[in-house]
Amino acid sequence: MINKIVPSLHEAVHDIHDGATIMISGFGTAGIPAELIDALIEQKARDLTVINNNAGNAEYGLGALLKQGRVRKIICSFPRQVDSYVFDELYRSGKIELELVPQGTMAERIRAAGAGIGAFFTPTAFGTELAAGKETRTIDGRNYVLEKALHADFSLIKAWRADRWGNLTYRMTARNFGPVMASAAKNTIVQVDDTVELGMLDPECIVTPGIYVDRVVKVKQKMTPKSNQGDK
Amino acid sequence: MIKKLTREGIAKRLAQDIPEGAYVNLGIGLPTLVASYLPADREIVLQSENGILGMGPPPPEGEEDYDLVNAGKQPVTKLPGTAFFHHADSFAMMRGGHLDICVLGAFQVSQRGDLANWRTAEPDAIPAIGGAMDLAIGAKQIFIVMTHCTPTGASKIVEECTYPLTGIGCVSRIYTDLAVIDVTPDGLVATEWVDGLSFDELARYTAAPLKRGTHA
Repeated sequence: MINKIVPSLHEAVHDIHDGATIMISGFGTAGIPAELIDALIEQKARDLTVINNNAGNAEYGLGALLKQGRVRKIICSFPRQVDSYVFDELYRSGKIELELVPQGTMAERIRAAGAGIGAFFTPTAFGTELAAGKETRTIDGRNYVLEKALHADFSLIKAWRADRWGNLTYRMTARNFGPVMASAAKNTIVQVDDTVELGMLDPECIVTPGIYVDRVVKVKQKMTPKSNQGDK
Repeated sequence: MIKKLTREGIAKRLAQDIPEGAYVNLGIGLPTLVASYLPADREIVLQSENGILGMGPPPPEGEEDYDLVNAGKQPVTKLPGTAFFHHADSFAMMRGGHLDICVLGAFQVSQRGDLANWRTAEPDAIPAIGGAMDLAIGAKQIFIVMTHCTPTGASKIVEECTYPLTGIGCVSRIYTDLAVIDVTPDGLVATEWVDGLSFDELARYTAAPLKRGTHA
């Protein structure tokens, strides 16, 4: 019998190793797997590379992981938020490496990894400093930049509901990077608000099929922190 | 006296040019204001880069749901017909040229429609690009909303951008507190300018060659 549901957050993240590359879903705080990140903080793995759209809010979740000096490098599109002061300080003091990627290029690099595509030509960023040093090509009169797939050892994702096969649904804009990140990591670990019996999720509405998911952990629903979380 | 438009005035002017049935992405900041002035008799579908098509206005106080936010991470609402999708789909929609109009702010626009809107020369600034480069090259038309000049009086319309570029030759039209300017293969063409301002004065406020179009 397939049962991807694990009993604890601790068990869900137990094998994340030092030096791991970890994708973390979320856009601002929507879709951030805060409890999985807390479990990762307790778990002590360090020298991590983190892929997330942003660079943490205040001192919880990703912000807390950064504050502990556990992240060597962050790959993201928008590190600058009103309360991203932990990242700001690390960056300014040279204690963290930043790879800045246009948001759509980041999403597509992750999608490509999950879809077995090695690299792709995109028009985004052509002629800008974010394309510096990259291979370019003119195809049918339009200019493109070569971007490589972005893989990870682990993905930490927040979804809404799951069954024991790991089929997932999401809630509104908390979906964001979840489905592509689920497909791009060797191990995909998902926290959900609710688990349901196999067969209870409408097959027409499953967004991430269970094949992409390795572990599911149910987390007691906590309100998303209403931080001062806007961009600046 | 030159009757400069306010921020709201520029947003309102631009909103008049968004046609019935358009799929539109509004950037963060001044572009977001455009949503408040979209003509009520037109059905216009707003896209948000974080996976919404058919985005509604902000919710009443107390009804915020932080699983439903816009690109600036502010709470918004659903409408009848709203669709949600993941990030790769959202940017495929953009990059694939499916959006009709994208409205963005700018630090500088060049005479050829190059756009600089993500980074200034401040050495201590944290670089952040978000979806700006994807938006700049994605929509069928890119409309810029900005003040014509910086607070110190320098023209934001320039021959060559001196700030780092967001996209090359991507801007279709510029809406400022002084004028509406089209970016054409023949260069910049002013089609409207505010009361109290002559075309010659407008040209002096603009640090790139400007042609006189038909003043509406």
